[in-house]
Amino acid sequence: MKLDAKVPPGPLREKWDAHVDSIRLVGPRNRPRYSVIVVGTGLAGAAAASSLGALGYQVECFCFQDSPRRAHSIAAQGGINASKGYRNDGDSVMRLFTDTIKGGDFRAREANVYRLAQLSMGIIDQAVAQGVPFAREYGGMLANRSFGGVLVERTFYCRGETGQQLLLGATSSLAKEIHEGHVRMHPRTEILDIVVVDGRARGIVVRDLVSGAISSYAADAVVLATGGYCNVFFLSTMAKGCNVTATYRAWRRGAGFANPCFTQIHPTAIPAGSEHQSKLTLMSESLRNDGRVWVPRKQGDKRPPAEIPEAERYYFLEERYPRFGNLVPRDVAARNAKEVCDKGLGVGATGYGVYLDFRDAIQRLGVKVIEARYHNLFEMYERITNEDPRKAPMRIYPAPHYAMGGLWVDYNLMTTIPGLYAIGEANFSDHGANRLGASALMQALADGYFILPVTIADYLSRNPSGEVKADHAEFKRAEAEVRERTKRLLSVNGKRTVLSFHRELGQLMLDKCGITRSRDGLEEALRKIPELRAQFWRDVKVPGGEGELNQSLEHAGRVADLLDFAELMCLDALTREESCGCHFREEHQTEEGETKRDDERFANVSVWEYQEGARPRLHQEPLAFEAVHLAQRNYKT
Amino acid sequence: MKFILRIWRQDHAKGAGAFVRHEIDGISGDLSFLEMLDLLNEQLTVRGEAPVAFDSDCREGVCGMCSLVINGRPHGPNALTTTCQLYMRHFRDGDEITIEPWRARAFPVLRDLVVDRTAFDRILEAGGYVSVHSGPKPDPNSMPVEPEVAEEALDAATCIGCGACVAACPNGAAMLFTAAKVSHLGLLPQGQPERYVRVTRMVEQMEAEGFGGCTNLGECEGACPKGISIKFIGRMNRDYYRSVLKEPIDRRGRMGAQ
Ligand SMILES: Cc1cc2nc3c(=O)[nH]c(=O)nc-3n(C[C@H](O)[C@H](O)[C@H](O)COP(=O)(O)OP(=O)(O)OC[C@H]3O[C@@H](n4cnc5c(N)ncnc54)[C@H](O)[C@@H]3O)c2cc1C
Ligand code: SF4
Ligand code: FES
Repeated sequence: MKLDAKVPPGPLREKWDAHVDSIRLVGPRNRPRYSVIVVGTGLAGAAAASSLGALGYQVECFCFQDSPRRAHSIAAQGGINASKGYRNDGDSVMRLFTDTIKGGDFRAREANVYRLAQLSMGIIDQAVAQGVPFAREYGGMLANRSFGGVLVERTFYCRGETGQQLLLGATSSLAKEIHEGHVRMHPRTEILDIVVVDGRARGIVVRDLVSGAISSYAADAVVLATGGYCNVFFLSTMAKGCNVTATYRAWRRGAGFANPCFTQIHPTAIPAGSEHQSKLTLMSESLRNDGRVWVPRKQGDKRPPAEIPEAERYYFLEERYPRFGNLVPRDVAARNAKEVCDKGLGVGATGYGVYLDFRDAIQRLGVKVIEARYHNLFEMYERITNEDPRKAPMRIYPAPHYAMGGLWVDYNLMTTIPGLYAIGEANFSDHGANRLGASALMQALADGYFILPVTIADYLSRNPSGEVKADHAEFKRAEAEVRERTKRLLSVNGKRTVLSFHRELGQLMLDKCGITRSRDGLEEALRKIPELRAQFWRDVKVPGGEGELNQSLEHAGRVADLLDFAELMCLDALTREESCGCHFREEHQTEEGETKRDDERFANVSVWEYQEGARPRLHQEPLAFEAVHLAQRNYKT
Repeated sequence: MKFILRIWRQDHAKGAGAFVRHEIDGISGDLSFLEMLDLLNEQLTVRGEAPVAFDSDCREGVCGMCSLVINGRPHGPNALTTTCQLYMRHFRDGDEITIEPWRARAFPVLRDLVVDRTAFDRILEAGGYVSVHSGPKPDPNSMPVEPEVAEEALDAATCIGCGACVAACPNGAAMLFTAAKVSHLGLLPQGQPERYVRVTRMVEQMEAEGFGGCTNLGECEGACPKGISIKFIGRMNRDYYRSVLKEPIDRRGRMGAQ
């Protein structure tokens, strides 16, 4: 596997424009001859499919939900960043770029991140043109809020439902292209394999989730916009259907998988309660603007929070990080919450929770102002916990939330398989080892609206259209493999449910490959995962048949892939002998307990290559930092 | 807690379907309604019976994937709450709970509690957008929007497209959904150029999909988990009548490249 990032030459600020000027394009009359498959209709996929359709390409678009507008992106709450600089607070493209590189703890590619910051402004313009009703100020201008890890206000939002509104914008453009016949939409259809012919991605194998029929689609290029894999932890803030299947299958077919161990644990979710809980609900990071995080100073202090006097409250983020206070980046906030709970200071029934308190903000601004800011979050919290956050502090605890790891892509967003692209959360991203809040929506949309539609032309223009059809032998072989795997899942007929395996895997991963990791823990996980997998294939019970709507079968296929993938995550975490961003190895910390990077050995991207029947092979893409100098992150002073 | 569940079971779209009685015990009040069904499905699976098919994804009340008519009410007994956000603490120990799919001519059942709601997508495809391509656009602050207008547009835009309004309506009408979508764009300056074409096309598609007519019963508003106001239906009707009065010829085709 050869890793060529294809970063264009020239000064950082000019790379993207120069690249667009120099790449090959496909003319409007030729575009209808080319077909592109887009898997996924989240922000990345919907933006890409609609943009490609509008350009005139023939697009086949897939999602597993019953409608494209239900993709997981819809759940994003807090907002989307753009360096518009509307607040006159010193924001700029350079600053957004620098914040993202630093926030990611120097594990992202400078050229990509700079381009992201450059394109951020156009995303807001695009969304508003589509009719996304961003919050406005009294004069009618766009409003902003601040988010963790930065000192400027550059986050645009629609109450607590920014993702929903952006996705409705993107899928409305998609709807138009469907109506005009440029995009054919296939909802309730799951991708189960990628087909590679003569070293190039030529199509996919899918299962119709209603009829159960397995079939193939061929195209001139394939784009994966299938989102992240945090459901490897079972309990996460992701939608239930999120999975790793598409990217994992692409890996098996030769695409490099980058930094699989970089997963973000979000500091503010509602703590897990019951044993049969199915997901964790995020409480947006925007709450940290007005909420103060604390625990009692005394271990096992069971008094109700209102009875704990000020002096006995430990505002641990404010005390430890005076400069950023409650708005430190996510990895720092999450790790600190775990640490105080591990010390026995945690609150709630399980002792794994910390307070997020709005008392002072309400006193300062009045309940009305705070209510207007967080209305639907408060409502959601109340509905789930039966407690009113206006009267008593919220209880929160970190939860798996976002996958920075993903398929390795070059500057054009192409994976190591020619013709196979990965966009949005599915690629290893511009967020390095830790994503800043409100930057995922930005990246997914930059990829989908502005980058991929341009860069894909360069690849398409170099190859004739329609070379390979879905009746090619390679498609038949891939289909046969998919059928075989489906039959195997159905025929085990053991005693344990798919869900029970998923839960067990999740618990193991959270313990050993979660907020903190250690050599012993990871080695243990690497012993236990294969055992669990063997047990799965011996003892799982998947009811029903193949040719019908069968949700157990869908879940079984996803869990089978997660069981394989979990091993790659642990291997990556074990190999990266340093701490950076969200990857905190207990062996590698400073005296103050902060992450300790090893830039000599690990200022690089770990890219794993699949090897049939053998241990995956590690490749490295070195990262050079020219615009921002390598330094230890400092959120204290 | 213990519950007796009467669940609609139907093997496939053409199957007959009938209520089947299931019992479940040991349910904590902190479990969500769908987690209770997850648990039932695990028990059914282990016993060698077919689990109940139902839709859900985000389980946060925003994707609109979950459905279910619970004791005759779409999304169950609580106001402004989707099924996935409903907790068992709202039921009493020993309750008998009836669970059905959305019932409407335009939403055929696919299996058990899963229905086909693609009719909604076709209404959106007919005109639920502002026709813009990806690319450079004017700065949004060059087109100020009063916050009240933006807020009202957002009130309409929060519709999650779940279909509870249709399920609640004795006529199976899709007025509330369509009105929410029409009003979201119709209220904003960006939506003005296509305001009347949009409403005509969407209303016509809605009728073509076999949704019923509106007789002002107001059941939709009561069932809507997002509190979409019925006033948007009035707004849509006004726009629709105005569009009918406008010149009926669609000039668009003539303006294209010749
Ligand atoms: C609760 C929550 C809140 C968040 N809030 C914010 C925020 O405020 N700001 C921010 O910037 N980011 C936020 N994020 C992160 C952000 O929402 C996601 O990273 C982003 O939306 C991912 O978009 P995507 O298009 O890459 O993928 P997704 O939206 O996950 O879409 C994936 C698509 O792929 C399809 N798909 C997946 N697998 C398959 C398969 N096997 N077969 C067929 N189709 C498949 C799905 O159907 C779906 O259409 C939040 C995340 C969560 C969980
Ligand atoms: S109007 Fe309400 S009930 Fe109808 S689809 Fe929208 S959110 Fe659901
Ligand atoms: S599952 Fe998403 S709204 Fe209920």
